[in-house]
Amino acid sequence: MLSIKNLQVELEEEDKQILKGIDLEIGEGEVHAIMGPNGSGKSTTSYVLAGKAGYKVTAGSAELYGNDLLDMNPEERAAAGLFLAFQYPVEIPGVGNMTFLRTAVNAQRKARGEDELSAGQFLKIVREKAKSLKIDADMLKRPVNVGFSGGEKKRNEILQMAMLEPKMCVLDETDSGLDVDAMKLVAEGVNALRDGKRSFLVITHYQRLLDHIKPDVVHIMANGRIIKSGGPELALEVEENGYADILAEVA
Amino acid sequence: MAIIHPKLSGAANLVANYPMPYGAKWANDIRTNAITAFNAQGAPHKRDEYWRYTDPSELTVVPTKPAALFSNDESPMFDLVDCIRIVFVDGIIDTDRSDDLSLIGASIEMLSDVTSTDIHWAKDLYGKLESNGQNPVHRPLAALNTAVAGHGLVIHVTSKCDKPLAINYVHNSETSDVMLHHIIKIDEGAEFTLLESGAGAARFNSVIEVDVSDDAEFHHVRTQGRDHERKTVTHLFGRLGHRSIFRSFTMTMNGILTRNDAVLEFTGDDAKATVAGACAGDGNNFHHDDTVFVTHDSINCESRQVFKKVLRNGATGVFQGKILVKADAQKTDGYQISQGLLLDENSNFLAKPELEIYADDVACSHGSTVGAIDEDALFYLASRGVPRKQAQDMLVLAFLAEAIEEIDNNDLANDIRDRLTAWMEHG
Ligand SMILES: Nc1ncnc2c1ncn2[C@@H]1O[C@H](COP(=O)(O)OP(=O)(O)OP(=O)(O)O)[C@@H](O)[C@H]1O
Ligand SMILES: [Mg+2]
Repeated sequence: MLSIKNLQVELEEEDKQILKGIDLEIGEGEVHAIMGPNGSGKSTTSYVLAGKAGYKVTAGSAELYGNDLLDMNPEERAAAGLFLAFQYPVEIPGVGNMTFLRTAVNAQRKARGEDELSAGQFLKIVREKAKSLKIDADMLKRPVNVGFSGGEKKRNEILQMAMLEPKMCVLDETDSGLDVDAMKLVAEGVNALRDGKRSFLVITHYQRLLDHIKPDVVHIMANGRIIKSGGPELALEVEENGYADILAEVA
Repeated sequence: MAIIHPKLSGAANLVANYPMPYGAKWANDIRTNAITAFNAQGAPHKRDEYWRYTDPSELTVVPTKPAALFSNDESPMFDLVDCIRIVFVDGIIDTDRSDDLSLIGASIEMLSDVTSTDIHWAKDLYGKLESNGQNPVHRPLAALNTAVAGHGLVIHVTSKCDKPLAINYVHNSETSDVMLHHIIKIDEGAEFTLLESGAGAARFNSVIEVDVSDDAEFHHVRTQGRDHERKTVTHLFGRLGHRSIFRSFTMTMNGILTRNDAVLEFTGDDAKATVAGACAGDGNNFHHDDTVFVTHDSINCESRQVFKKVLRNGATGVFQGKILVKADAQKTDGYQISQGLLLDENSNFLAKPELEIYADDVACSHGSTVGAIDEDALFYLASRGVPRKQAQDMLVLAFLAEAIEEIDNNDLANDIRDRLTAWMEHG
């Protein structure tokens, strides 16, 4: 499903290489986790997949179901089934959350040649999904993320994911800033979307989220590379000992 | 050989360009005074301080440059609103397309009829707010309008009107050069809503004088749009009595040149006024200027100026806004914001916000910003599948929303929002 080969990325503005050859294969229905020290390139990987400006791919490829992601603009990648839950969701004053969600859902449906949802159909679905994430009607009415608490923003990301039903979900530190209960809600939201086909790439610093969302594979990223991959036990090891041992091991 | 000052020769050319209407003595006197004032001031010139950011030559050249007709298949503005409709085609009322001039709560007459009547209340208002508004800044194109405009509406509002009056100005001749002058007198406790739409003419000069008595309300929503070559200059003069309310909103798109002046004076206590505008300009032949002058001369009044302009492909937006608080106008609350959103580096937003305060117990604030579209927000929307153009339109609408929110009637505000969305799609 998602196939990243030797992905090398520099900043567009300055001559600085951030990703130094990432290889990652995520199969259908799999959950992979990426952990790694601050600044190792985790968010950059997610941005490059989603098509954020400011990065230059100097080598390698990234394909989703055989489609070249790097050749598409961000909205095409979304329509192709890629979703990124942002580490820092953006506030958009003046754009209602509900309007935004409906526009996004229908834009993707249109791009895929499907019928757009009517206002009524949409409302019914969004209410139901918002309820299970404990997002109240007021939050749906407010401008996108404006005045949302950190945790509310993250739950709003998961709501968007649930509405858009992507094939490949990338979650960048969706657990940061969540209280214990919210973490469970988010994990339940994610698990509800696990259907054996949909795949997940979960970027996190903490083992706790992975207790709820059981990963198939855990990768450790450092300095723009994946330096080690393993089973869920790798996350436990990081939780116990930090990165020092692993970094020393590969050095 | 004598060198004639361009402002004076320009004035003479303009006066010669328009036939002077002839009516009852009081009307002739008012017009003669206005022409005298205009001749003394001279035509506006780009070196005038008040025209520093807007070259008025398109508004003063004689004859006016032709403006190609703009046809579109959009539904008439405000067509879902239950209202009395009046249509002016190139400055002349089209009675076939207009409703009867009967509105519960108001009497509506034609200026040409009124000015040929020997005795009429309008003699105390016609040209009055306009001439008051000539101080401290000259507004020659308004004086010229008072002098030569032969047509317009004279409205006397005596109670709460049950419907708005909607005026549609049709531009139907490539060379039409039109002056219209409306006067509106709103009695104590009465309420009136005026809706205006349309380009009006190749060159359109409109003056509206509104006298809002104690406890009365005036609401105004105007659209100027989708006519690429038109030139427009408008002056809205308002006087506010005790506890009165004055709200005006204008949405503008397209047009070579638009200059909208609003000149408000608070003469009664505890009154509230808002002047707001949303404008979307595309292309280097788009120039839009909002010039507002609010004078507080009474106690505990509130004024708001809220202007938002989205500019692309070399378009220019101008805001000149002034709040003058006289020494006795204590407890004045004056607010002013003007913001430009530039969608590229070729576009310009020029703002001159001014406060002049002589009272000591006032709360006045003003702010002016200019910025680009938020790329992070654009990417966020795109990453959810919203195509870039649509995402940009969403952000542009969001930016303009703050001005549209100044319209207190929800149906009208939604009408404006829908129309703006459609205009942005079609350009
Ligand atoms: N636009 C940018 N301009 C300058 N430096 C950048 C930019 N984007 C990324 N970097 C740098 O690239 C490196 C990787 O950043 P990235 O955000 O991908 O790290 P991360 O692994 O997500 O870290 P964290 O765990 O703190 O979220 C950092 O050193 C960062 O400063
Ligand atoms: Mg990060």
